[in-house]
Amino acid sequence: MLAPLQEPFMQRALAEVVLLGIAGGALGCWVVFYRLSYAAESLSHSIFPGLVLAAIAGVPLLLGAAPAIVLAAFAIALAARIAGVDREAAVAVVVTTMFGLGVLLALSPQSPPGIESLLFGDVFGVTDADLASAAALVALVALALRLLHGRLLIAGFDRGTARSLGISPAIADAALLVLLAAGIVVAVQGLGNLLVVAVFVGPAAAARRLSDRMLPMMAIAAALAVLAGVGGLYLSFYARTAGGASVALTIVAVYALSLPASRLRALRGHSQAAPTGVTVS
Amino acid sequence: MPAEPLIEASGLAAGYGGAPAISGVEFTLLPGQTLALLGPNGGGKTTLLRAVLGELRRVEGTLRVRAGCGTVPQTERSRLDYPVSVLDVATMGTIASLPWWRRPGRHEREAAARALDRVGLRDLAGETFGRLSGGQRQRVLIARALVQDAGVLLLDEPFSGLDRPSSAGLEALIGELAGEGRGIVIATHDLEQARGCDQVLCINKRQIACGPPAEVLADLGVLEATYGGAIVEIPGSGGRAILPPHHHHH
Repeated sequence: MLAPLQEPFMQRALAEVVLLGIAGGALGCWVVFYRLSYAAESLSHSIFPGLVLAAIAGVPLLLGAAPAIVLAAFAIALAARIAGVDREAAVAVVVTTMFGLGVLLALSPQSPPGIESLLFGDVFGVTDADLASAAALVALVALALRLLHGRLLIAGFDRGTARSLGISPAIADAALLVLLAAGIVVAVQGLGNLLVVAVFVGPAAAARRLSDRMLPMMAIAAALAVLAGVGGLYLSFYARTAGGASVALTIVAVYALSLPASRLRALRGHSQAAPTGVTVS
Repeated sequence: MPAEPLIEASGLAAGYGGAPAISGVEFTLLPGQTLALLGPNGGGKTTLLRAVLGELRRVEGTLRVRAGCGTVPQTERSRLDYPVSVLDVATMGTIASLPWWRRPGRHEREAAARALDRVGLRDLAGETFGRLSGGQRQRVLIARALVQDAGVLLLDEPFSGLDRPSSAGLEALIGELAGEGRGIVIATHDLEQARGCDQVLCINKRQIACGPPAEVLADLGVLEATYGGAIVEIPGSGGRAILPPHHHHH
């Protein structure tokens, strides 16, 4: 059990998944309740060209991902204003365009070797700068969610009435999307473009089945994300599987385990939680 | 000296941009009065409530609102899978009075608990909102409006989906709140509930009539203009009923 901990690369990877698990689990609860899972996946795919350009230029991935996500957000907002194009279609068109552009760049002769790590992550290759940005993400998410908790709760509960309670649902949405974008930009370095969404959706969806209150749910989601991250790294270490993919698969396994756990909870007297993201009406 | 009206509307037309969604609205709501907004789905009841809240553009006329308004929406519009307690929902009413960096604290939660006490739900403060009955949820949302210290309560179809005892209990509570000097506006489809109010305002895109229920509801022409062909005579009872609307929320 302790052997992997002797390895410096493993120590860094563990620190990275613990930090990303805390931020992703807590933020993920809001992502799930605001039905932003599709947005999370879309945003992560849309930054691919930025990642490839950063890799070609030899600069930190963050410097490519951040402008790419801003560009994607603007493009989605613009496309959604075209008559006859709804928001979902706008997201699909922009994301496909951005991802396709990223693939073209990745297949160009200038592309450095090992470009696939952008897609699947390189959690064992995280640098001090990556760890520092993950720690900053935890601080940002913790501070923002603490300040915004009551307002996010109102806007998500009943958007139609939020305004009469002094809350703008559009501002709540925008704040969450900015946090989500920051989370993706930071987490994509360890978990990869295709797998990063797992940490923002899987643990929160599992926690949703295990608690009826937001704060305990966020704590459970963070704990499950950390557990799955550490479990995934151990799996990767001993089974010699890819780090990011192992973490993503462990997150899925945690979600699968939450299904019987929530049934057990229901049998013990709590009524079963409604399925994730469903409005009962 | 007569009390100053809480709401005064005169020749009011309002909408969402473009052509007005409602027009010719004219009424006065005094403290302690209840006003029923009667009309079909899409007839402008919710639009008028939103105009009173200041959320819509006024196109014509005047609208003076001299008290804070608290909204009590249809409970189906709230997310019943949401991870909030009854106390959490009541506490939502305190947020507007706090600076953006402050979270509701003990003082705010005590105010919310008092409001829950007022609507008879203090014992359920720790229960999950989505597990309550329709009538209880409606009371929680009223408590949330009370926490806002609202002088006017705007209730959107509060009796929709409630059984008879729950309706009667809610009606009694609304009566008590009006008795304390609040103005109450109730959007409803139910002629019987409207009969219990001090005034009835019939609306179908434009105001059809407004006045005491005994006058307004006795005029079949008014009801026909309000509901079109959706009014049916109940055979043998001599009464009239409005065909139940489709439950699309707008």
